[in-house]
Amino acid sequence: MRAINKNWSIMTGNEAVALATKLAGVKFVSAYPITPQTAIVEKIAEMVANEKMDAKFIEVESEHSAMASVMGSELAGVRSFTASSSHGILYMHEMLNWVAGMRLPILMAVVNRSIGPPWNIWADHSDTMTQRDTGWMQLYGESNQEAMDTIILGYKLAENKDILLPIMVMQDAFTLSHTSEPVEIRDEEKVREFVGEFNLPFKIDINKPMGYGSLMPPDGPFMELKMDMKKSMYSGVNKFIEITKEFNETFDANFPGPVEGFMMDDADYALITLGSISSTAKHVVRNLRNQGKKVGLLRILLYRPFPKDLVINYLRGLKGFGVVDRSSTYGPFGSLYMDVISSIYGKLDIPAANFIAGLGGRDVRVVDFEEMFMRIMEGEDGEIWINAGVK
Amino acid sequence: MVLVPTAYAPSSNNKTSSWRTTRPVIDYSKCTRCMICWKFCPDVAIGVTFGEKLDYPNERFSKLEAPFINYDYCKGCGICASECPFDAIDMVQESEM
Repeated sequence: MRAINKNWSIMTGNEAVALATKLAGVKFVSAYPITPQTAIVEKIAEMVANEKMDAKFIEVESEHSAMASVMGSELAGVRSFTASSSHGILYMHEMLNWVAGMRLPILMAVVNRSIGPPWNIWADHSDTMTQRDTGWMQLYGESNQEAMDTIILGYKLAENKDILLPIMVMQDAFTLSHTSEPVEIRDEEKVREFVGEFNLPFKIDINKPMGYGSLMPPDGPFMELKMDMKKSMYSGVNKFIEITKEFNETFDANFPGPVEGFMMDDADYALITLGSISSTAKHVVRNLRNQGKKVGLLRILLYRPFPKDLVINYLRGLKGFGVVDRSSTYGPFGSLYMDVISSIYGKLDIPAANFIAGLGGRDVRVVDFEEMFMRIMEGEDGEIWINAGVK
Repeated sequence: MVLVPTAYAPSSNNKTSSWRTTRPVIDYSKCTRCMICWKFCPDVAIGVTFGEKLDYPNERFSKLEAPFINYDYCKGCGICASECPFDAIDMVQESEM
């Protein structure tokens, strides 16, 4: 148990996110409710109505408008926030590109939910995986504590003058969003100091009117703008490490940074995961370690930008590994697997399997992780669907 | 500092009249100043002026506000001509002008 003078509370992932926006000094929120994100919006609306949070909250008629309105407020120089899930994310797809291309450091909490049909409200990462190329950074949390901390870290990272990109902060539907866990509430004054004042260098100025995102011909700096976005995004990996260090010192916390290696030091075999299923995977790693098997887990927290150098360092020396994708993609393999494999191409030659698991909220159980470890230890590769078949 | 897609040049510098192949011409003897063309113009290329600035054969309306077409920005879509309830707007080929 940590020191007892800390401010702990039992809360759901959704409540942790809502509270974090208050701590981070968000001044404008616009959102449209969708299961399982609704509780975030409700909590923020309640705090604003009860004057516990000094912000403007507007209800809109759609997610497309939610993203468009936070784009406007952010351009006016106001720290803004929104939240969504699943089909809501798909509906705001166009505006996601606009926000990133305009370099607006907006944060959006996403409660990961599958994409229909068939209609399904449970956890998988298909909704945000379809948005990985919009220019948004993506952080996949594992716990309710991370749901709170990634918002605070996220604003500091996004609003950095050399980054200025929006960030999606993810948590898994129900497993985190509706499940209560102990969360340490960060000190509001310290958070404000840590995040700092928001000062957008190119905000709307009535005395100096500008065109934002207007027509640009092929020989205009269109390619250069995209190049600059990519440069900023990938400088975000090191910046995130720096900010994590500062965060952990300020709050006496234990935030892992872009990737978390669990029992990876002398591991021969490892799994790579995203999100809340990592907790189950860690449990299995501990069990297998007790049986004398040298296994480990690599959890990717920062998925965009993809921290490829860190991943290569962790994978070097393994005899085999598996990548667990909790989303349906129709490329040759799962999204995370393709990112990992293209990162190590030409540098490491290790057999690697791609496990597709947990779609539409299907449980990824202890036995499933045991099966995955067994199969990579047998040297299997290719795409393997776990706990799926005709039911 | 990052690169941002902002432009200080106002879009009013960007004249779009060369896109046009046909131009609307208002016949002020038929025009009743109903302003429907002004309302419908998707490019805000129809403005409003006062009667004395234009040559109005129709005395009845000459003192009213009147629509005029800004040929610097009109792209010749023809919506005004299509919407005009009094057939007061003709679309004329640019090559004939």
